[in-house]
Parts: sequence; C-alpha cells; structure tokens
Amino acid sequence: MLTLKQSRRLQSVVLGALAWTVALILFFPIFWMILTSFKTEIDAFATPPQLIFHPTLENYLHIQERSDYFHFAWNSVAIAFGSTIIGMLLAVPAAYSMAFHETRLTKQTLLWMLSTKMLPAVGVLMPIYLMTKSLGLLDTKLSLIIIYTLINLPIMVWMVYTYFKDIPKDILEAARLDGATTVQEIVRVLLPISKGGLASTVLLSLILCWNEAFWSLNLTSSSAAPLTALIASYSSPEGLFWAKLSAVSTLACAPILIFGWISQKQLVRGLSFGAVK
Amino acid sequence: MNMLLKALFATAGICAVTYAQAATVTIATVNNSDMIRMQRLSKTFEEQHPDIKLKWVVLEENVLRQRLTTDIATQGGQFDVLTIGMYETGLWGAKGWLEPMKNLPADYDADDLFPSVREGLSVKGTLYALPFYAESSITYYRTDLFKGAGLTMPEQPTWEQLGEFAAKLHQPDKDQYGICLRGKAGWGENMALVGTMANAFGARWFDEKWQPEFTGPEWTKAASFYVDTMKKYGPPGASSNGFNENLALFNSGKCAMWVDASVAGSFTTDKSQSKVADHVGFAASPSQVTDNGSSWLYAWSLAIPSSSKNKEAAQSFATWATSKQYAKLVADKEGIANVPPGTRKSTYSDAYMQAAPFAKVSLSMLEKADPAHPSAKPVPYIGIQYVTIPEFQAIGTSVGKLFSAALTGQMPVEQALQAAQQSTAREMKRAGYPK
Repeated sequence: MLTLKQSRRLQSVVLGALAWTVALILFFPIFWMILTSFKTEIDAFATPPQLIFHPTLENYLHIQERSDYFHFAWNSVAIAFGSTIIGMLLAVPAAYSMAFHETRLTKQTLLWMLSTKMLPAVGVLMPIYLMTKSLGLLDTKLSLIIIYTLINLPIMVWMVYTYFKDIPKDILEAARLDGATTVQEIVRVLLPISKGGLASTVLLSLILCWNEAFWSLNLTSSSAAPLTALIASYSSPEGLFWAKLSAVSTLACAPILIFGWISQKQLVRGLSFGAVK
Repeated sequence: MNMLLKALFATAGICAVTYAQAATVTIATVNNSDMIRMQRLSKTFEEQHPDIKLKWVVLEENVLRQRLTTDIATQGGQFDVLTIGMYETGLWGAKGWLEPMKNLPADYDADDLFPSVREGLSVKGTLYALPFYAESSITYYRTDLFKGAGLTMPEQPTWEQLGEFAAKLHQPDKDQYGICLRGKAGWGENMALVGTMANAFGARWFDEKWQPEFTGPEWTKAASFYVDTMKKYGPPGASSNGFNENLALFNSGKCAMWVDASVAGSFTTDKSQSKVADHVGFAASPSQVTDNGSSWLYAWSLAIPSSSKNKEAAQSFATWATSKQYAKLVADKEGIANVPPGTRKSTYSDAYMQAAPFAKVSLSMLEKADPAHPSAKPVPYIGIQYVTIPEFQAIGTSVGKLFSAALTGQMPVEQALQAAQQSTAREMKRAGYPK
C-alpha cells in the first residue's frame, strides 16, 4: 500500500514521463529536419534513415551562395511584427468593449468573427488577387500585413477577450472612481494586469504570420517574399532536394524558435492567466 | 568649384538617365539544376546588358503553374519571363497570353533547334517560347546486375522484355527491386509514364471523335502490365514514388531498371550523388506494338507573357539564355556535360557525346519524338504524354489517381479503367468535345 507521499511522487513521475514523451514526439520532426540539413542529398534519401553519418555544411553554403537569406528574413520580420502590432491595436479595444460593455449581440459577434476562419483561403484567392492588383499592392509587404491582420484578428480578439473576462470589473470601476478615462483605464490598469495574456496573443500572432505560406506564395514574387517563399523555392521537380530544403527550413524556423524560447515564460504566464481571479 | 559642381551635375545626370533606362526583368522559374546554373551565370548577361537588371523568382513547380496561371489570366504583370513547358505554351500561345518570339537575331539560329521541340513550342507555325532544355524518357539499367545475371539489354527493348528482366533481377530480400516506375498520381507524374507505356501498347487517349478509349484492349493490356509488373517486381510503396523518389532509389542501388526522364542521366552518373555511377547503362524507352509515342517529349522553355512591361528586355534575356553563346558559356565555365540538353542539334558534338554517356540514347529519342503522331492509330490531338487541351490537367490527374489506386490494390485494373472511361467521357462531354 502506497503512502500519500509515495502516491503523489509516483503520480508526478508518471506525469513527467508522459510530458517528456509528448514533448519528444512533438520535437522529433524538428530534430529530424535539423539532422537532415547536415546530410548529403544521398544520405537524406537513404532507407533505412541514417542516424550516423558524415555531417556536412554544404547545404548551408549552397543557400548562402544562391539566396539572400537576410532579405527574406527581414520581410518575414516586418510582415509578422507589422501585422501583429496593427492586430493588437484593433483587438484590444474590441475585446475591451466586448468584455466590459457586453450587449446581447456580443456572443453572436464573437462566434461570427470566428466563423470567418472556416472559409478556405483558396476560395477567395481570385477576388483578393484582383483587389491587390487594382490597388497596386502585388509583391508589397503592406498587402501581406493587411491580409494577415484580417486573418488573425478573430483569434486575437477571442484570446484578449478571454483574458479580459477573467479580470474583475471592480478593478476598472475603482479606477473610474479615481477619475480615469476609458483610455487610461485600458492603458494604466487593464494592460499591465493582463500583460501575460497579451504577450501570449502577440506571440501566437507572430508565429501564425511567420508560418503562413498560402498568401505569401500567391501575392509576392521577389521584393516582399518572406521566408516561407524562400523555403518553397528549394523544392525541385527534377533533382534531390531534401537536405537543402531541410537546411533552408532550419534557417527559416530558427528566428521564431529562438524568439519563442526567450519568451516562453510570458507564454506560460499567459496560458495560466485565469489564476488572477 | 564651378568645375566640380558641373562634374557632379553631369555624373548625377548620367546616373539618372541610366536609372531611368534600366529595365528590370522578373524571371519566374523552378528549382532545377539547369535553371539554378542559368541564374548563377546570368551575371554575364547583366554585364553585357547594363541597361537590364534581372530579378529571380524561384517557385515550386505546382506553385509556379498556379501563380503563372493566376497572373497571366488577370494580366497581373508580375513576371516578364516565364519558365513553362510545351503543354502551357500550346494553350497560352493560342489564347494570345504569350508574346510571339519574332525578330530573333540571325546568330540565334532557330533552325538549329530540334524540329520536334520547335513544333511543340509553336502554335500555327509561330514560336511562342524558346526552349531552355528538353527531355525524353529513356531506360536506365544496372550494367553490373545485368552482367551478373547473364542478361543483355537491347538498344530498343520492349516492355515485355523489361518485365522478364525484372523478374530475374528482383531480389527484395537484398533490397534490390526489378524495376522502378512512377506511381505518384498526377498528370505530370504517373500519367507521363503510363501515357507513354499505353502509346507503346497501341492505345490512345481519345479516338478521332474525342471519345476516350480506356475500356479498349490496348489500355487494358498496358494497365494490366503496369500494375502486375509493379506489384510483382516494383519497390514497396511505389504508388507514392515520383521522379525524385525513384532517382533516390536508383542512385542508392535499389533498382535494377528505371524508365524515366533523360535528365536523370547526369544525376545517375554523378558520383557525388549516386552509389552506382559506374554501373549505369542506357537504352531507348521501351516500345511494344509500336514505337510511336513510346518516349515522351518535354521542354522547359522561356516565354514572355503579353502582360509584361519589359517585353524587349525580356526577349533579349530569353534569347541569350537559350542561345549557342549560353551553351558555350556553360561548357567553358561548368563543363560540357552541363550544357542544357535536348534543344539544339549543335549541342550534340563529339565532345558532348563523350562527356555525357546518356546523350546518344537521349538524342535518338528526341529525334524520333513526334507529338502529332503519339499513337499507332490516328488521334485528334497534339502531345505524347499529355493532350494539349485545357481540360487535360484535371482529366490526367483524375485518371492518375485511379491508376495509383489500382497499384495500391484499392480497386482492380478493370474497375479503374471503367471509372477512368466514365469520368473522362463525362468531362469531355461537359467541355463539348465529342463530335
């Protein structure tokens, strides 16, 4: 018979092992991509897959020689941050209004906003392409910033709304009694309290923008093409390309992986934001 | 001081004029080694043409097709030079979406182009794209395995012979498979191979009245041979194998034979990526009851969309990249074996034939290819491994999925052919073809 202490310890070990297993399964494709990026093309295609091989940097050298990585990386950064900033500027007031001044249509509005995510992107490719062309925005960062903002806004509003809903209204009322205006309420009271939640919304938006490929491949060609377009350019119809594709994918993922690693504390805090109550 | 100001103004003026005159040519292409080499060597073109600046957009093949179709249909004007195949050239040229390649310089020597390639890129006698490299299909085989088994590959084998060789060389316990063929579904994937195989068996996509013929005896024989041979002597998971997967299998020594694009010749004999580089033999693409259409013809070509804002500069580049001078540049800088193959008769010099052991077979296939007569019977269409009608992409891919399903055993061959007949007939009727 286990004592309570032993039982808790066992539970902790089992849960820990489970968490590690899930984490390793999730990380395995990334690990394999990084590993493949150091293989030759023939090793990358080898069956059974090779764990022991002679590592090479030739794929990275090839990419450096052929592509201007920093041009694509800068486009990704500008588009992801541009879209996230505009998205947050719209999402915070929208979520504030829905969370603290709820009407009978708020729930329906939120559901309707989310339903726009169910539309397959390819269904609106032609109208958006023609609009972008008419506005002279083809192959510009601005077109992707606008589209990514519109794509991610429903999720951002939902997330911020959820965090705001967890904040007691009394706190805002107290600020109002002290003479705070609506803007002051948001900026001085609401935002500092919900910092963790907002950080995770920002991070999620950045990741979604960074990884988006459909619109970036269809609306850009060279000037505004982000890293997703660079990755696609390494797929070859005639010739082995897995190792080079893995190398360019590693380079494309690296900035956002590092960014996520650095801000993981904020992310975890945001995800456990309900504890404020 | 005055002099200095004048000099500064003059320099600024020259810069302004140069800037104003500099045309930017945006080239959309795919990530094939020949195209990447062209990108690398294009600095020479820019040096020769300081008034033209080149911008490269490299895309995945299917994305490229989708992007170009969207851009060209909406007159988006995003690209000045397009890398397209014979199928698109025929369709887009007829619609007036491409600029005709007129007024080519005398030293371009258009008569040096292979007639089959030139005709494949022309609509009613007008050239709409300049061929960058062209390919046919040939048979690759392992000379060491053939020697070991006491077999001899004929110069022009038949599919039946390949089946017999495959049976003798198939040793799955040693990771050695008799024959590797495309199985991945798609009009440009398995249907390129199955289409040419069907041609060799005397089949055709449509009769003279545009009625599909999948339930005829020729298609039945070809499809049964393909599925049976692959099931018995092919590698496992063949239904997901395209060109690259089979190339990897062959290069790692797992295929005794492989029938695919002639462009693989340089990959299979390259020691840096092939474990069997010293043991590769080449033979003609297999025939069966006929030679007609038994080897495919495809040319990656450079075309100029009518929406281009820099047509003159674009033609200047397309002409340079497909010229004899470019071939010489490649030979000088990267070796004669790397000259883009299949487009010009002059490429096949003695030195080239010696450097590229697969060139002889590839050349004979290119010379034989006739897109106007792809089958033993008369056909109402142009194209060997495809049919130059807009509906073909959808039809080819749909039929390709059925062949893939037959290969995995999801349905018997007869059922796949019946379904192919029904879906193709329906699609053609909807498009108003049958007479």
